Amino acid sequence: MELLVASAIGVLTAGGVYLILRLRAFPVILGLSLLSYAVNIFLVSTGRLAINAPPILNKYADVPYTDPLPQALVLTAIVISFGMTAVLVMFALGAYLEAGDDSIDMKEAEEKDDAA
Amino acid sequence: MSHWIIAPVVLPAMMAPLIGYVMRHDIVLARVASAASTVALFAIALGLAFWAADGGTHVYRLGDWPAPFGIVLVLDRLSAMMVLLTASLALIVLWHAIATGWDAKGRHFHALYQFQLMGICGAFLTGDAFNLFVFFEVLLIASYGLMVHSGGKVRMQAGLQYVVMNLAGSTLFLFALGTMYATTGTLNMADLAVKVPQIAAEDSGMVRVAAVLLLIVFMIKAALFPVQFWLPGTYSNAPAPVAALFAIMTKVGAYAIIRLHTLAFHPGAEPTKDVVTTWLFPAAMVTLTLGALGVLAARRLMPLLSFSVIGSMGTMMLAVAPVDAYATETALYYLVHSTFSAAALFLLADLVVSRRGSDVLDARPPVLQNGLFAALFFAAAIAMAGMPPLSGFLGKLLILDALRGPELMPWAWTGILVGSLVTIVGFARAGSMIFWKSTSLKVPEGTEAIQSDPPPAPAKGAEVAPTMMLLALLAGLAVLAGPATGYMRAAANQLFQPTGYIDAVLAPVEAPEKAEKPEADPEHDVADPLAEEEH
Repeated sequence: MELLVASAIGVLTAGGVYLILRLRAFPVILGLSLLSYAVNIFLVSTGRLAINAPPILNKYADVPYTDPLPQALVLTAIVISFGMTAVLVMFALGAYLEAGDDSIDMKEAEEKDDAA
Repeated sequence: MSHWIIAPVVLPAMMAPLIGYVMRHDIVLARVASAASTVALFAIALGLAFWAADGGTHVYRLGDWPAPFGIVLVLDRLSAMMVLLTASLALIVLWHAIATGWDAKGRHFHALYQFQLMGICGAFLTGDAFNLFVFFEVLLIASYGLMVHSGGKVRMQAGLQYVVMNLAGSTLFLFALGTMYATTGTLNMADLAVKVPQIAAEDSGMVRVAAVLLLIVFMIKAALFPVQFWLPGTYSNAPAPVAALFAIMTKVGAYAIIRLHTLAFHPGAEPTKDVVTTWLFPAAMVTLTLGALGVLAARRLMPLLSFSVIGSMGTMMLAVAPVDAYATETALYYLVHSTFSAAALFLLADLVVSRRGSDVLDARPPVLQNGLFAALFFAAAIAMAGMPPLSGFLGKLLILDALRGPELMPWAWTGILVGSLVTIVGFARAGSMIFWKSTSLKVPEGTEAIQSDPPPAPAKGAEVAPTMMLLALLAGLAVLAGPATGYMRAAANQLFQPTGYIDAVLAPVEAPEKAEKPEADPEHDVADPLAEEEH
């Protein structure tokens, strides 16, 4: 279980970093999504991995429970990263429609400066 | 427990949707509402600053949950000062945006502006690390919108870079917070200050990792080497009033470093004792050098100003790095100065560039009111470069005085003095190119270079007033340096006696319904932190 979760986080992070380092908007968006999945799984695992343990205290029976805080954190993180990805897609679309290509670096603008 | 502490967050948070949904078709109404809200924010910030000046640490528990379980907002001298700084800067920049008509060049300027203020004030007030992340996201998402306000190809591309950079930074922030929670079991800053020194030796590596990750995140925000590269592209392509408001955003990162490294990761805590002292000083040195070289190398005015912001962040963080009370006091003084002088330069650049047609540093026919702009540029440039009589000189002098320790002095003094000289040369070159060389040019007959469709109008008093107010504030900061540093000394001393903060935050709640507590108490004792994240 630990190995599975840890390697999933590692693979997602590595893939995300690789894609972010590409120079085009679409791979970068995918990379940031992968990174946010990685961090979400990571946040869930910060409360220790527990199976069949609800995040609710039961005051009538002594049953195992898991830390609810990471679940609250990860919900917040999911909502925020989802919203941010939507914003990013709109930005990328806007930049693509304005500039005609989805390159992330601003080579053309800098060349224009040099010419000016 | 006074509810005024949350007012700087709630007021813009309520005004923003009101402006965005109800007043979106009426720019006059939106301007009035936004200005009224910002004036009210300024009044509240002033009141909070006077209240915090008594030296107490005032805590606001959201939902009245006791501290490590619920979110707290904390008002002490430092956060009150930062909120007041935000509010006064916001008021002046808003005036400029309205007077020059920037706010009408795109949609939703005022709504985004209020959301931005909400995020910044919240980041300064919160006492919870995860809540700090949430407020960072609030201020960032508003800044994305402001950054591309009024659109344009280059601005959209620069905006895309800015968003990608900050999303990567936010992910790193979450990794850091997760690591921190996994080892210490808390994200409340006061509780971290209690728990971090008690960490077992075998777990201290994890806490160090988390502290270094957090430091990198805040360095991204504060534009420190090696993660400073986003700033020139962003600031020089943002609308100028927005760039002026962004002058406070780099300070959010600096504030977070000061707050966390005097409270939770202070040098007395074994796991994190040398994180800041090891890494921050060299990073600040390189940042300072890069800023000075960038000012010298810039071929356009806006990147030049952006690099001068980087240089001033480097200077300021040099004084944060030693983590002692006197150096922090000087850093706080320089923080206020650097915010106002950067904003003054960006507002002035907006006035000049909008009339000149381009911010490329080459000889062009002079703009209208060349003398006025030249005088204002001179004043703002000597403030930024650190020459008397404005507060930049005093700020740098204080920092030099604070960095007299034998191991820091050769580096810090050389860096600051040479950096200032190079910055002066860069500003002198830019100023003489824009304002002096232009007057020696004959306007060739028949060239309509400057004759854009509506010929540029002379700047009205209302348009120049915000820049002049910022310069007046800088002069005031220099004249009233005694009382100002007095307040900052008290703020720094409060930071370096964290027990007051910790006791105030973790104090047991004097609940009126204590009688019915015993029934609920056993739960509280077994429960792991039940902190409630509302956002």
